[in-house]
Amino acid sequence: MKELICITCPRGCHLKVDEENGYEVTGNSCPRGKEYGYNEVTNPKRVVTSTVRTNSREYPRCPVKTNGAIPKEKMFDAMKLLDDIVLAVPIYCGEKVIENLFDTGIDFVATKDVQ
Amino acid sequence: MMYDLIVVGGGPAGLAAALAAKEKGLDSILIIERDSQLGGILNQCIHNGFGLHYFKEELTGPEYAGRFIKMLEGTGIKAMCDTMVLAVTQDKKIHCINPTDGYQVLEAKSIVLAMGCRERTRGAISIPGTRPAGVLTAGAAQRFVNIEGHMVGKRVVILGSGDIGLIMARRMTLEGAKVLACVELMPYSGGLQRNIVQCLNDFDIPLYLSHTITEIRGKNRVEGVTIAKVGPDRKPIEGTEIDFDCDTVLLSVGLIPENELTRNAGIDIDIRTNGVVVWENMETSVPGIFASGNVVHVHDLVDYVTGESQKAGRAAAEYVKQGMRSREHAISVNEGKDVGFIVPLKIHREAMDAEIFFRVRRIFETSAIVVKDGDKVLAHLKRAHMAPGEMERVKLSRSLLDAIEGDEITVYAEEVEE
Ligand SMILES: Cc1cc2nc3c(=O)[nH]c(=O)nc-3n(C[C@H](O)[C@H](O)[C@H](O)COP(=O)(O)OP(=O)(O)OC[C@H]3O[C@@H](n4cnc5c(N)ncnc54)[C@H](O)[C@@H]3O)c2cc1C
Ligand code: SF4
Repeated sequence: MKELICITCPRGCHLKVDEENGYEVTGNSCPRGKEYGYNEVTNPKRVVTSTVRTNSREYPRCPVKTNGAIPKEKMFDAMKLLDDIVLAVPIYCGEKVIENLFDTGIDFVATKDVQ
Repeated sequence: MMYDLIVVGGGPAGLAAALAAKEKGLDSILIIERDSQLGGILNQCIHNGFGLHYFKEELTGPEYAGRFIKMLEGTGIKAMCDTMVLAVTQDKKIHCINPTDGYQVLEAKSIVLAMGCRERTRGAISIPGTRPAGVLTAGAAQRFVNIEGHMVGKRVVILGSGDIGLIMARRMTLEGAKVLACVELMPYSGGLQRNIVQCLNDFDIPLYLSHTITEIRGKNRVEGVTIAKVGPDRKPIEGTEIDFDCDTVLLSVGLIPENELTRNAGIDIDIRTNGVVVWENMETSVPGIFASGNVVHVHDLVDYVTGESQKAGRAAAEYVKQGMRSREHAISVNEGKDVGFIVPLKIHREAMDAEIFFRVRRIFETSAIVVKDGDKVLAHLKRAHMAPGEMERVKLSRSLLDAIEGDEITVYAEEVEE
């Protein structure tokens, strides 16, 4: 039995995941907690947020996020990929910055309009 | 020119108030923001976790702000950025200054104060030792890293376990810094559980509860700190010291509402929280001047800031169109035992409903929120768990308000049998 805190929303439910019994999740207040509990024990994933350089003098950085959770152990590799990128303005919120990270189908996208 | 409404501050509170007032039919609305862009503190909060209640999806701070900034398009609401408000007066004049127009005095029929909050600084908490470079608040570090793109240090110790400090522990680690410790004076963290997990535990950053920094060393730049365990009296215990070599100390020791303008205008402020005193419709002690967001009380969730600010905007519209609500026979809201930081402190008799926000002063397991009018129980709401870190909310309907006979009600938190 693994005890976890669900990080999917600020409520922070205390979950129990039973690895011996088909990863049954208890203590969750909503279905997203069940999914989190299962993933956290079998293949933990995280959304990564960071910034990238821009060619604007007024706004030298543009915030980005992964548009889904990526495997936790890939977080630092994902960060490295952002190092060499310089986005040209205008940048639009939702614009893809790096596509299909590590073949997960998940992209880094801009999270702000920068003119 | 006489504006229907001037909003001071272009963060999520100001944006939501302006939009709601527009929807209720106000024509000339101006938002004044001192920064070069709208969005307030959300521009530097690049992490996700915003909007789960309001938009039913998980957004980053800039995305949440961006949605409201987009909603301004085509509404005719004017935003004046790079403009600092210097003074607000009770007759609703706003003194402000910017590089293009210089010093101006603007007039409005109604005002919403939405200046947000600022961080407590080291001066407010006094740590012994030198004052070298490399000691800064977590929010200032967040701005340097996320907006300006400057790393603030390589080896970091964080004092305080509030959410901003936790978020910055992760952020600095992802950017290649080594976060050596997060040090918290209290026996529990002031931040959300999820942030302990995803910002500290994910990166094996130790959290020292019941500890404090007893010394900061270094002449020009921080060279190290000493931390020590504290006893129940929160005084350092000799012999428990641990030394860290670090070049940066981030302070995450709380937020206080930014109320210089409010105080100078002679508008009532709650001396304990430094928040503006408001009625249930977010009206301040001066009729026609409203306040919402972190300037009233420090919110953990921006979604509630939005809800509260829409209320302020609608009330400003009502004030301009129909005049002020009568303050006669007002209902005062009192704090019962173990209840603190109540908002609002007063309710107009004619209110259609009233939402009461508060924090409990200690942790409660199986418990209830009880609202009483004298000895009469108006509302009794069960709660599985209540903690000082989480804001509680009670809504009183029109029929409950009608049932109030006295001129005050009291909110209690108490344990109940299962
Ligand atoms: C670091 C941090 C992390 C957070 N994380 C989360 C989270 O994960 N999820 C969540 O839901 N909430 C989070 N919050 C809370 C939420 O972001 C805030 O409650 C919300 O932004 C408050 O909105 P506001 O409009 O009241 O204040 P602000 O966003 O601070 O806006 C106030 C605005 O007023 C302007 N202003 C002030 N004085 C003047 C003046 N004299 N003249 C002109 N303009 C002025 C300021 O420049 C600013 O733009 C976080 C807050 C912080 C600080
Ligand atoms: S289980 Fe649902 S309600 Fe509980 S923390 Fe997870 S997402 Fe939030």
